[in-house]
Amino acid sequence: EKTRNSFSSKINDLVARYRKVDEDFFEELEEVLITADVGINTVMELVEELKMEVKRQNIKDTREMKDVISEKLVEIYYGDDDETVEKLNLQEDGLSIVLVVGVNGAGKTTSIGKLAYQLKQEGKHVLLAAGDTFRAGAIEQLDAWGEKTGVDVIKQREGSDPAAVIFDGIKAARSREADVLICDTAGRLQNKVNLMNELAKVKRVIEREVPDAPHDVLLTLDATTGQNALSQAKTFSEATDVSGIILTKLDGTAKGGIVLAIRNELNIPVKFAGLGEKVDDLQAFDAHAFVYGLFADLLEDETE
Amino acid sequence: MAFEGLADRLQSTMKKITGKGKVSEQDVKDMTREVRLALLEADVNFKVVKDLVKRIKERAVGQEVMESLTPGQQVIKVVREELTELMGGEQSTVAVADNPPTVIMMVGLQGAGKTTTGGKLANYLRKKHNRSPLLAAADVYRPAAVDQLETVGEQLDIPVFSKGTNADPVAIAREAVEQAKAEHNDYVIIDTAGRLHVDEDLMAELEQIKAAVTPDETFLVVDSMTGQDAVNVAESFNDQLAVSGVVLTKLDGDTRGGAALSIRAVTDTPIKFAGMGEKLDQLEAFQPEGMASRILGMGDVLSLIEKA
Ligand SMILES: Nc1nc2c(ncn2[C@@H]2O[C@H](COP(=O)(O)OP(=O)(O)OP(=O)(O)O)[C@@H](O)[C@H]2O)c(=O)[nH]1
Ligand SMILES: Nc1nc2c(ncn2[C@@H]2O[C@H](COP(=O)(O)OP(=O)(O)OP(=O)(O)O)[C@@H](O)[C@H]2O)c(=O)[nH]1
Ligand SMILES: [Mg+2]
Ligand SMILES: [Mg+2]
Repeated sequence: EKTRNSFSSKINDLVARYRKVDEDFFEELEEVLITADVGINTVMELVEELKMEVKRQNIKDTREMKDVISEKLVEIYYGDDDETVEKLNLQEDGLSIVLVVGVNGAGKTTSIGKLAYQLKQEGKHVLLAAGDTFRAGAIEQLDAWGEKTGVDVIKQREGSDPAAVIFDGIKAARSREADVLICDTAGRLQNKVNLMNELAKVKRVIEREVPDAPHDVLLTLDATTGQNALSQAKTFSEATDVSGIILTKLDGTAKGGIVLAIRNELNIPVKFAGLGEKVDDLQAFDAHAFVYGLFADLLEDETE
Repeated sequence: MAFEGLADRLQSTMKKITGKGKVSEQDVKDMTREVRLALLEADVNFKVVKDLVKRIKERAVGQEVMESLTPGQQVIKVVREELTELMGGEQSTVAVADNPPTVIMMVGLQGAGKTTTGGKLANYLRKKHNRSPLLAAADVYRPAAVDQLETVGEQLDIPVFSKGTNADPVAIAREAVEQAKAEHNDYVIIDTAGRLHVDEDLMAELEQIKAAVTPDETFLVVDSMTGQDAVNVAESFNDQLAVSGVVLTKLDGDTRGGAALSIRAVTDTPIKFAGMGEKLDQLEAFQPEGMASRILGMGDVLSLIEKA
């Protein structure tokens, strides 16, 4: 729940602890951001810009810094875009298809279970397709989530062609007049060319069968991941045109700061945050709250 | 997206020095700055980098570098030596208990690769050491975790002890060891549920399993893509469970893998194996020197050292 704290009040706290805006302050800020996996280039640029801002506005007191820091961080994330909370791109009428992709163990299947639960709560008719036909027990795992959430799962045998399973899923979704079909896929590391091609093929099948689909391609990113997440976002986007990110495992101590760089460099927004292993541990991503989360450690260090 | 290796990073500084033909304190400062950046980009933990850079600087200010005709290469050599040293020697050994079965417990964060690695280890022990392992399904929480291990067992034709998902993991571990004794399995590999290092209840459960079966090895399984948080994870698991070895997974990816350095630095336990793929024979002995080169940006570094 740490990304849910009131952003401005916490930044207030933080800056109140330092009286002077000096080298120590910036050094500490730099450390805190690097520790949050924000990425070295982004951090350096940010700190440089902040220093300039401090000169320009002749800021001496850290209390005046709070808006400057928060503005800059949020600016990195949003760029020139509107500060809107990104939602799932669902169709008003007819079938919406969501394809979920990502590296091994990031949290795809679990997030699909949570998403199905959420959509069902909203009154949607949801169907799942077990497109991971490779990993041991992957179909059973999605099945268990289907049972848990009361959502049907379209599946074939282990080892069958994922594109064929997804094709089946679309057929079933149509004939049952489902609102949303969520497609699970096997985890794959982005440097495996064959596996990335397989994923692109799955996407092509969806495109061919349903105009304008998939309506969302969600990349699942483990918040514990470091700089490699940027390469994941880039390569998965090239293969499947990713439209949003699910940032998982934010209930741990990792901060997932790399999504700042991903949004900044690739313009891919985070749509959901995973905060645990239970059905209701999925939340809409709030960039302001998230940015505060990047500072939480600095706060704690200072109170020690 | 490809990160610059250390050698690339040092190129411009080196050119500057070559022009002057003499290394100044400022040059050393510039070079160590590049070392710092290269390590941070490879996900080596911030504090670990700090300590490392301090040591590297001390050595760099010495004659070794200052009086060298090829200071850039010398810096790389020093860095690589420090990294290799920190990483320790090659140690892909697995304990053998005086009284069989030897018990191995797999622990780690969610999705790190525990279940897969448990299967790989069983396969490895049977193939390389002619052992007959038993896998134990003590993850009763994650949906279909037991099915997953059972499927792995089937694929390998290695027995799996399970009591479904309504049993207590401690009891499962204990009974698995009893069954191994009865059936003459000389290894028991216990698969546990993924958990956060800050989850007190679930960490206490691991302590209870450990107390119940006194494992000969406690392997911490870590995803090689882990960023700065690797130190927190490794430190907590090690403090609470006295980890005896680390397995670094997903090294078949393109991550630099700086987490390896961080984990070594904080736990002081050897990284024993590397997971090199999803298939059950893709487990290799961990190569500390290769890892040092990888963290620094691989090939370019080696070629430069040869010239040095
Ligand atoms: N603490 C925590 N654990 C999570 C979260 N999301 C997923 N997990 C856990 O992470 C592990 C991996 O999740 P999966 O859903 O199997 O991941 P996946 O991407 O489908 O994995 P593969 O299909 O093997 O590539 C499981 O143990 C999940 O329970 C989260 O937000 N918080
Ligand atoms: N490419 C690659 N994938 C791996 C490797 N090791 C494990 N995996 C994959 O990573 C994902 C997670 O592996 P698991 O063995 O289920 O991980 P776990 O730690 O048991 O996960 P939980 O039980 O959910 O905590 C699966 O998709 C595995 O196939 C590896 O060395 N390389
Ligand atoms: Mg999955
Ligand atoms: Mg497991």
